[in-house]
Amino acid sequence: MQITSPTFKANAHEALHDAQLQRALGNVRSGFIHKRAKAVGALPEFEELRDNAKAIKDHVLEHLDIYLETYEKKVEDAGGKVHWAETAAEARGIILDICRMNNARTVTKGKSMLTEEIELNDFLEASGIQPVETDLGEYIIQLRGEHPSHIIAPAVHLNKDQVEQDFRRVHTEFAQDRDLTEPEQLLSEARQVLRQKYFDADVGITGANFLVAETGTSIIVTNEGNGDLTQTLPRVHIVVASIEKVVPTLDDAAQILRVLARSATGQEASVYTTLSTGPRRDNDPDGPEEYHVILLDNGRSAMLGTEFQDALRCIRCGACINHCPVYHAVGGHAYGWVYPGPIGAVVTPSLVGVDKAGHLPNASTFCGRCESVCPMRIPLPKMMRHWREKEFERGLNPAVARYGLKFWLWFAKRPRLYRLATYLAMPVMGLFGGHKRRFRFLPFAGGWVRYRDLPAPEGRTFMQQWRDRQTINQDARG
Amino acid sequence: MNKAASAPPRVGLFVTCLVDLFRPSVGFAAVKLMEDAGCVVEAPAAQTCCGQPAYNSGDRDDTRKIAKATIEAFEDYDYVVAPSGSCAGTLKKHYPGLFKGDGAWEERAQAFSDKVHELISFLTDTLGVTKVSAELTGKATYHDSCSGLRELGIHDQPRKLIGSVKGLKLFEMDEADVCCGFGGTFCVKYSEISNAIVEKKTANIVASGADMLLAGDLGCLMNMAGKLKRQGSDIEVRHVAEVLADMTDQPPIGGK
Ligand code: SF4
Repeated sequence: MQITSPTFKANAHEALHDAQLQRALGNVRSGFIHKRAKAVGALPEFEELRDNAKAIKDHVLEHLDIYLETYEKKVEDAGGKVHWAETAAEARGIILDICRMNNARTVTKGKSMLTEEIELNDFLEASGIQPVETDLGEYIIQLRGEHPSHIIAPAVHLNKDQVEQDFRRVHTEFAQDRDLTEPEQLLSEARQVLRQKYFDADVGITGANFLVAETGTSIIVTNEGNGDLTQTLPRVHIVVASIEKVVPTLDDAAQILRVLARSATGQEASVYTTLSTGPRRDNDPDGPEEYHVILLDNGRSAMLGTEFQDALRCIRCGACINHCPVYHAVGGHAYGWVYPGPIGAVVTPSLVGVDKAGHLPNASTFCGRCESVCPMRIPLPKMMRHWREKEFERGLNPAVARYGLKFWLWFAKRPRLYRLATYLAMPVMGLFGGHKRRFRFLPFAGGWVRYRDLPAPEGRTFMQQWRDRQTINQDARG
Repeated sequence: MNKAASAPPRVGLFVTCLVDLFRPSVGFAAVKLMEDAGCVVEAPAAQTCCGQPAYNSGDRDDTRKIAKATIEAFEDYDYVVAPSGSCAGTLKKHYPGLFKGDGAWEERAQAFSDKVHELISFLTDTLGVTKVSAELTGKATYHDSCSGLRELGIHDQPRKLIGSVKGLKLFEMDEADVCCGFGGTFCVKYSEISNAIVEKKTANIVASGADMLLAGDLGCLMNMAGKLKRQGSDIEVRHVAEVLADMTDQPPIGGK
């Protein structure tokens, strides 16, 4: 996938003028936020659960090696196989090898942002293997040749009528005059199409929400049950997970699950929480014959021990995205890579480089709403600021901004000169504001006056007037 | 406080650069509110800006220099009060982190931080003010500025005091807690996105049915006022302190 984060501004411009997109984004603003608030309000211990969830992950990140090794051993005890991959290319290679060894022609896939990150679909297709997305949202965007615009609602940038058109275009086996006005009808049609594909697939690939060290279990949560079919029907199940998904015990996973669904969709729990441990055992009624886990690093371990370590607590619930005013304005694709919104602004520079993704941590008002809802208490604005510091150190921020700041700082560090300059400037500027008390045009303030008037200053500065007041008071006393 | 209980608290007013330059009347309103509540207020001349533009641009060195000067100018006061949640948030929540591991300065920054308050919450939470003696006929709506709300927990305090203004009714808008799109330099660096955000905000303001918009941060107020005026709205925009201090003789922000 081509990284378009460097053209974030142009992407945003396009998004702001895309009427379909703007209509769809309205749903994010209204839907997710109220549902989360309701679910959180109904659980008095929610804040405490957040603290616990954070503590669990902090502990894991301090001892990541131990838990990963324990996890590996448990997976192998259960008859599965763990593959370590440092890079996206390595992970793709391992997956392809497994597919080839099993003569796979089609693979079904559960929803997985990590396989987006490693661009697995394009790679498999190029290698002659057909990937089939089974999550409804993922299925829709696969039909359209798009990428997810949200980490839990991949097709949230689309409206229902657009999906209906796509289904009519692609599902030619159905009657042209069928009724597809209700979302349920779309879902049931997708199910019919997908049913046979589950049986035809040789390999099923899923992500993981958690890897449990004590048992070697991988856990996924879904609302459609597609993950279950993906991992139980094919002969081979491959789990692709990044290293920070490990938690010590089932109990730990259960604790974090309690904040996950509430933060994500406002559900108490997702409809399906699926645990899988190793391949099918002799007395199991179903399950895969082979069970593989790809443990992928892809830049995570480099975040350990840095100011970005806290971001590895992320459980990809999407709450920060759902509450972000910038995301509400421009949607997910404008961010230009896999992860949008505040968490995207933090991890994208880590994973693809700040030289490419520098806009993302800058395009934030630091309103802090993301951090206030993040179940893992990740200080997202603080981390975006860290990226700005790195850019500043390397002189990557635009020259105009740098010189503007320098000019301002020169005065801000010299109170006397600052006073003098402002004593002179503000009354003049105040006069120019005229009787309307505002400017419609002003040189050097283009970004502001293009969209809004600039309120005029009242005239003499506070400090100027304050000094007069002090003098008068002194005179009165003297 | 190691002073005799009878000595009035000495407050250093951190005017904030925007109030100093654009709307001094907010500063005088703050002084009046605190003097009415029994404080002695001074505005040290050595202050400029809290350093947020540098801090949020990733320039830590310069931020530290400004922070040191600010701490030095204010550390003798019992309290440091700013008529802005955003600036108070920087002084209170971010200064200590700038000096982490820097021995004496870390301690000084922490001691300074402990004394910092945003104006309205200082009045209610520290001084115990429960009502003001102001009068203004109208329908007001209140916007929660982000730093004040989320860094300092300011939500009920201004509403409580607004409720005590004779003749003034509060009309809550939808999404009062959502950012107005100002964000300091964000509003010029990403002006198109900022505009999309403030347009949603002004739609909520207009829909509230209020004829006056109040908030506690001049940056946000100038942004929202600028948009409302550009849209031809006649909603009056003021800093909440002006109304609480009964000092509304100045024309509203951005004019009528
Ligand atoms: S950063 Fe927090 S809110 Fe955002 S996706 Fe991750 S866990 Fe959820």
